[in-house]
Amino acid sequence: MKRKQETQLIFWIFLCPVLIAFLLVIVIPFFMGVFYSFTNWSSSARAGVSLQCIGLSNFTESFEDPAFLYSFLLTLVYTVLNMIAINLTAFILAIIVTSKLRLRNLYRVGFFIPNLIGGLILGYVWQFIFNNAVPAIGESLPFLSALADPANLILSKRNSALMALVVVGTWQYAGYIMMIYVAALEGVPEELHEAATIDGANTFQRIRLITIPMIAQAFTITMFLTLVQSFKQFDVNVSLTAGGPSAMFMGQPIFGTELLALNIYQTAFTANNLAEGQARAVVFFIVLIIISLAQVSANKRKEIEL
Amino acid sequence: MNKKSNQNYILECIAALLFLAFIFPFFIVLINSAKGSFEVTQQPMKLPDDWSMILKNMVSIWTNPNIQYQNSFISSSLITAISLVVIVMFSSQAAWVLVRTKTRISRFFFFIFVAAMVIPFQIVMFPLLSWFRMIYTVTGIRLLRTYQGMILAYLGFGLSLSIFMYHGFIKSIPLELEEAATIDGCSKARIFFTIISPILKPIHATVVVLNGIWIWNDYLLPLLILGKGNRVQTIPLAVANFAGAYVKQWDLILTAILMAMIPIIIFFLLAQKHIIRGMVAGSIK
Repeated sequence: MKRKQETQLIFWIFLCPVLIAFLLVIVIPFFMGVFYSFTNWSSSARAGVSLQCIGLSNFTESFEDPAFLYSFLLTLVYTVLNMIAINLTAFILAIIVTSKLRLRNLYRVGFFIPNLIGGLILGYVWQFIFNNAVPAIGESLPFLSALADPANLILSKRNSALMALVVVGTWQYAGYIMMIYVAALEGVPEELHEAATIDGANTFQRIRLITIPMIAQAFTITMFLTLVQSFKQFDVNVSLTAGGPSAMFMGQPIFGTELLALNIYQTAFTANNLAEGQARAVVFFIVLIIISLAQVSANKRKEIEL
Repeated sequence: MNKKSNQNYILECIAALLFLAFIFPFFIVLINSAKGSFEVTQQPMKLPDDWSMILKNMVSIWTNPNIQYQNSFISSSLITAISLVVIVMFSSQAAWVLVRTKTRISRFFFFIFVAAMVIPFQIVMFPLLSWFRMIYTVTGIRLLRTYQGMILAYLGFGLSLSIFMYHGFIKSIPLELEEAATIDGCSKARIFFTIISPILKPIHATVVVLNGIWIWNDYLLPLLILGKGNRVQTIPLAVANFAGAYVKQWDLILTAILMAMIPIIIFFLLAQKHIIRGMVAGSIK
């Protein structure tokens, strides 16, 4: 009997700190957040003073705002481009570092290192590269002289700035995804490759017919991770482009590279509309769940086929 | 055979090119940290004339009262270290009792912790601020702009994944180990600290790596909780402030960036195996 009481006591004592933190940091703010998205919540109406329920108008107003719709579409485009770029690069990198090249261990470290540095700092580095180093390369190499023209600055045009975000996103994340592929590749039995080689399969046939089906499970994980990472991108967006350059959408000037996470932040703090920012965050949450569930189930189905 | 070596040659070239492309940004940061402000913007691709400028620039960042680099470094280190201790200690304890207690409530808690992993930060961040403000008005406990607020938040956001990782590992520890200790009269708490926690060492390392890299680099959470330009600042906040406040003084920004990168790169080179293993384990969950 005494033993049972002790077990009970330890159960609650050991669980208590995480329960408190979880309640204070996640559970309560989560429900407050869902609730606030239906109210006229603002920073001046802090402690519940004059807080009124206004139904769905934060949501309807969000969907009437071209800047939000644009951010939404842009984020979807960015997510798709980024997923493809990261996974393709990471797969090639994984093939490289699992081959028998002499410097493979050095390559592994080099490819992985960008991932250890925060997106904010990486964004500033690349801002300098795109705004200063690239034009300087254009000046010194005659056949790239177009790059030196200030009118051609990569970050000054919307499409190229979006590509710049993809490049930085890939550079940052490919090394990490590479490691997941490496772990999967190392699990593929060597005999399969040997047998295929004897049967006369070349490298590309072996990759397509043996490697890819054998690591199908890894694709589900990497696609999920890159999807979530791209959809939530914030740090690089802030420091690389800060949402700029401006562009037109539905007859209104908008920020050409403002992804959803940045749009939510700006709506709440720069436009000073907390409740609407919160409503957008709720939309963000729902969309993220739907698309990641769709992705995982689609990949699972593919896994079985392969 | 000849075809094979040709293929290898091509692969070798692609690999070398990709490697150069990947380290090119670091190279740019390094060479431009050793230049003066004029040279950085006029000749960003040129190798520096005098490498000792790098030290001069670093000292000027370290001592510049406007940047507060020293304080940021100390704050970042304190926040990361204490958050890690708290996360490791409390999540491993919680995971252990959740595995060893087979009741409905225990299963429910575990399910909720894991389910919370899908909640993106964006949906809780604004209410978190007003909620922390409410806590201050009611209890007088200051959570905004303080270390304790940051650490509490990191425990809250870090515990789900950490508990999940501990949970998976603890399930594989044979129960007989604990039963034997119980028969010898060992108390529950002592079993955890003297038997279980040492067995968990590899998972402790994974949890430290995963959370440590995230916390050290995090920007949005400190931006919200600590705010811009206050007494307590982390390094990413300091760099962001500094890059925004000065009209693009790239020589100083790049040196500050170099100084922000150095600790992580040293840490990585020292614990490479653990870091890579830890981060891959964290992804496969």
